[in-house]
Amino acid sequence: MKRQRKKSRLSEIWRQLKKNKLAVVALFVLILLVLVAILAPLLAPYPYSQQNPKLSNAGPSAQHLLGNDKLGRDILSRLIYGTRQSLAMGVVSVAIAAVIGITIGAIAGYYGGWVDNLSMRLLDIYQAVPMFLLSVSLAAIMGPSLRNAIIALGIGTVPGYARIMRASVLTVREKEYIEAAKAINAGDGRIILKHVIPNAIGPMIVQITMGVGSCILAGSALSFIGLGAQPPVPEWGAMISEARNVMREHPTHALYPGICVMISVLACNLLGDGLRDALDPRLKN
Amino acid sequence: MTPLLEVRNLKKYFRVRAGLLHAVDDVSFTLDKGKTLGVVGESGCGKTTLGRTVLHLTEPTDGQIFFEGKDITSPTKNELRRLREDMQIIFQDPYSSLNPRMSVSETIMEPLILRGDMTKTEMFAEVRKLMDTVGIASRFENAYPHELDGGRRQRIGIARALALEPKFIVCDEPVSALDVSIQAQIINLMLDLQEERGLTYLFITHDLSVVKYISDDIMVMYLGQVVEKAPADELFANTLHPYSQALLSAIPIPSIRHKQERILLRGEITSPVNPEPGCRFMARCQYAAEECKQPQKLEESSPGHYVLCCRYKEINNL
Repeated sequence: MKRQRKKSRLSEIWRQLKKNKLAVVALFVLILLVLVAILAPLLAPYPYSQQNPKLSNAGPSAQHLLGNDKLGRDILSRLIYGTRQSLAMGVVSVAIAAVIGITIGAIAGYYGGWVDNLSMRLLDIYQAVPMFLLSVSLAAIMGPSLRNAIIALGIGTVPGYARIMRASVLTVREKEYIEAAKAINAGDGRIILKHVIPNAIGPMIVQITMGVGSCILAGSALSFIGLGAQPPVPEWGAMISEARNVMREHPTHALYPGICVMISVLACNLLGDGLRDALDPRLKN
Repeated sequence: MTPLLEVRNLKKYFRVRAGLLHAVDDVSFTLDKGKTLGVVGESGCGKTTLGRTVLHLTEPTDGQIFFEGKDITSPTKNELRRLREDMQIIFQDPYSSLNPRMSVSETIMEPLILRGDMTKTEMFAEVRKLMDTVGIASRFENAYPHELDGGRRQRIGIARALALEPKFIVCDEPVSALDVSIQAQIINLMLDLQEERGLTYLFITHDLSVVKYISDDIMVMYLGQVVEKAPADELFANTLHPYSQALLSAIPIPSIRHKQERILLRGEITSPVNPEPGCRFMARCQYAAEECKQPQKLEESSPGHYVLCCRYKEINNL
């Protein structure tokens, strides 16, 4: 019975979301991207690192639908495998940022006072450095690799999550069930985990969805400047970077991965927009 | 017999930008086991803060609290843990006093889990029993608060408070957010529980008809101070303080023939921040005189009847 209730909350959100056609399309695009990432070895016609010097910079053909890059590698296969790297960039870095941000935000918001002041002022300093610059420096310090780029992006985007969580916790903290929990001897840890976070997490869902998009974009940018995925592993940003030298003669080499980045970021943002409306109880009818 | 609860000169001040806010100022009372003390007063008079301070949900600024003869003014962590099993609270707003993400049985079970002396099966059985006691059908076990009406929610709040088998319960306007018909049900439930379990209530409300029905003693508060305190019947028969008189005159009388004489208070409630030493009701009192600017003392007019007014004799022709 309990499972049924949980399901009905989800179906309620889905019912609201369905009204926004763009958000539904975005959701399916994202599901498609995830499937492509998981099934990449089955979908890709060639291994991503298989070179064929004879086909260097070859145009589209029946065997190679989107053509070949400078080293004669199949661009379509590289795009398909690249989905893995790009999605990992977006999802894992947001997961890191959200976990740290939720923790900081919940503690700062719940305890208030000097804990709140101290952590928020530290975040002010943190945010004074532009997020992308911070990620670039972190990635550069830790050394260029996909894993380090993800960590750098995650750390760089913490403040946004922490602030949203804190604001949301501040409203939950005043509720009487928090006081009721204190009156039945619940400790701070239990109150934060069982009463505060579940009720304050709502606004984070939108932020997380949108965050995936912006981290895919930032991750591609890191790869573009060589701090992300390392060759020969394909990543959309890195592919654009590699296509840079032949941009005039073969603009499509940069265009395809660019379109992929655009579609995935757009899908994340549209879904985030849709979710924000679907989760807002004031818009219910 | 030692009273179950004794509060002596309790003070709770909040530091605000403009100065010190006197939420509870020098309140004393005793409360015997099985009795109900009604606390009435308008919003912002400190009655809620009084209840929360007694329960140590906020710490008192000054004064002493005794529970079963033991000083509990500044308990250690362990003492506070045990104390909270004896003292519980029922909240005003059943829409915000229940965690929307927890089902009925989870909510009622939480205090049992935290006390940690029962097995899972025992806890489930206890939850069923509590639900039965407060009159919620067991089919609502897995319901979430938003699926229930206000009366049922308030019953869940009562069940949660009863779970630890407390001796003393602070009822913070437990019925003011409910429909009148449901108010009666909840109040009767609380009276039944009091009788069965020998509970002691500190009943905070602004609804005078409710307080008359449920209380043994009544305490009228104004701006953090007790202005009048008496057994319920005595207070309604011989109202001495001008503020209590105005308050009581506001009770609607269900009769068309009876012409009601209402005392209408003029002016705004005085700020509780850095109040003057004199009578706090002076600015709105029709009997205000020069002597009211002096600090007031609680006087016993007849046994058990206290009033905080230097002119109460003149006003009431005593």
